[in-house]
Amino acid sequence: MPINSFLGVFAKSPLKPLEDHINLVHKCSQGLLPFFKAVYIQDWKVASELQHHISMLEKQADVIKRELRISLPTGIFMPIQRQDVLDLLTQQDKIANKAKDISGRILGRQLVIPDELHVPFMEYLKRCLDATNQAKKVINELDDLLETGFRGREVRLVEDMIERLDSIEDDTDVLQISLRRNLLALEKNLNPVDVMFLYNIIEWVGELADISERVGSRLELMLAN
Amino acid sequence: MDIINSYGFVLIVIAASVGFLMAWGIGANDVANAMGTSVGSKALTIKQAIFIAMIFEFAGAYLAGGEVTSTIRKGIIDSAYFVDTPELLVFGMISALFAAGIWLAFASYLGWPVSTTHSIIGAIVGFAAVGVSSDAVEWAKVGGIVGSWIITPAISGFIAYLIFQSAQKLIFDTDNPFESAKRYVPFYMAFAGFVMALVTIKKGLKHVGFNIPADQGYFIAIGIAVLVGIAGRLYIRRIKIDPAAKKEAQFANVEKVFAVLMIVTACCMAFAHGSNDVANAIGPLAAVVSIVESGGQIGAKSALAWWILPLGGIGIVAGLALFGHRVIKTIGNGITHLTPSRGFAAELAAASTVVIASGSGLPISTTQTLVGAVLGVGMARGIAAINLGVVRNIVVSWVVTLPAGAGLSIIFFFMIKGIFAP
Repeated sequence: MPINSFLGVFAKSPLKPLEDHINLVHKCSQGLLPFFKAVYIQDWKVASELQHHISMLEKQADVIKRELRISLPTGIFMPIQRQDVLDLLTQQDKIANKAKDISGRILGRQLVIPDELHVPFMEYLKRCLDATNQAKKVINELDDLLETGFRGREVRLVEDMIERLDSIEDDTDVLQISLRRNLLALEKNLNPVDVMFLYNIIEWVGELADISERVGSRLELMLAN
Repeated sequence: MDIINSYGFVLIVIAASVGFLMAWGIGANDVANAMGTSVGSKALTIKQAIFIAMIFEFAGAYLAGGEVTSTIRKGIIDSAYFVDTPELLVFGMISALFAAGIWLAFASYLGWPVSTTHSIIGAIVGFAAVGVSSDAVEWAKVGGIVGSWIITPAISGFIAYLIFQSAQKLIFDTDNPFESAKRYVPFYMAFAGFVMALVTIKKGLKHVGFNIPADQGYFIAIGIAVLVGIAGRLYIRRIKIDPAAKKEAQFANVEKVFAVLMIVTACCMAFAHGSNDVANAIGPLAAVVSIVESGGQIGAKSALAWWILPLGGIGIVAGLALFGHRVIKTIGNGITHLTPSRGFAAELAAASTVVIASGSGLPISTTQTLVGAVLGVGMARGIAAINLGVVRNIVVSWVVTLPAGAGLSIIFFFMIKGIFAP
């Protein structure tokens, strides 16, 4: 017997899937740490397993993304704009895609990171992953933002968190410049094609932080509405 | 006249049985809307919800259901048209009950959240306008009732918006939301108790035979409000929070306090629902009984027969006891994205609106008021997602209900007339 109920009025919240998505995306990008450790010692078997793991997480994130998109028809009334939610989701998804691309490219070419770069590169990668971690924290505040009706103290708290995210991203820019300079010094002794790809990888890793920052600014726009 | 004298008892029995069935249907089905928010936000278990609903639906029906009952009994139809043919009014009221009951069963089967109020009003207007004469309907009154269907959701939405905003200001947007919740939540409880008590005292009790002077009524209502507030405060003090809980978990603790508040608003909601919707089942019955007992006299200033309000109350409780469990279970599993603080704002606003409307004799729809309240909280950016498509369907089902109830009641009217007065 179908039930005579008005409770169909409450649609599925998009916030929880958004949080689930960023948590998964974050886990996916964290996979780069063990991956690069395997790359450093040129253990390509382990690296390929880790790459497989990253790409599996990326696929799971895609599933959440698709489900959320389907569950947001136009007739949904939300405290935040529907378009903003979809844009935010797209940005979040790019983080996972980027992590998959980075690991895929390295593995595909069996690209060796020169010993001299090991330490600065790891530092740079960790800082970029700090940015995705911060983006994750910010998105996980959505619950509390809803509790407070998207205003007041909680909004200021989130704005502070976004500011911190911006400053982490600034750090990664500085690190990127010095890393490029290190690579420039080594360039002559390396295979030119490998050098091309190394620059490429450095850039992509930096994009992890860039996109994370964009996630934050998307959310900031949502709050400004 | 002959018909009434010779078949009087049969007619009362028929009307009472149909009225009881209708009340039963209201209890079984409609109550899901009244209790759904409490169960859906996990503030109450299903057992608790049924228990509260049984007590407060009955109390609402018995203590505050009289005013709306008399509107349905004699407010919609101009009885001057029936002075010579009181049996037509009796037939009409019975067919209205039949029509509304069948329409509700049909709509429930299809899962449309139609309003019992709308079906019974449509049915009464239908038999009177077509079966007798379009002048027999007090169109001004009907216009007022239909107008109230547009205004009450708006009012309840507005109240919900204000309540939610005040809770945000006083509790959520503070340094220590948990402490603020403990401090202010008892006041919301007192407010709910005050509204319930005031309407019962001022409008309800006279139908049960008590008469309390207006000024005393206010004092008693305030007294009850204070008692409710104090009881709430004592109860809330017993809530334990994780001392280890960090700032992030604080809103979860705040919601625990609101869950206590929701017990009170759920009582209020059940009370409001009982007070308003019992009339849909027993209003027509009351009309039949008063005509038959006075031997065909219409417009006699007879009081409501003593057994009618309890009959409706028992009907609702019986419906609840038999089917409420299953209905509420289904909806309880359905939603998870409603927290007690939102549910409370919507429930308190809807219940106050319904209780006040009941006091003024307006038969309004509980579901409709609740939808209005939910939209109000949504406007205050309090609800993650509201499905406007469903809202639209609900509105359509309300509009369809009027002609459907009217059409069915016209058919039954001519059938019953054919059986008793060939």
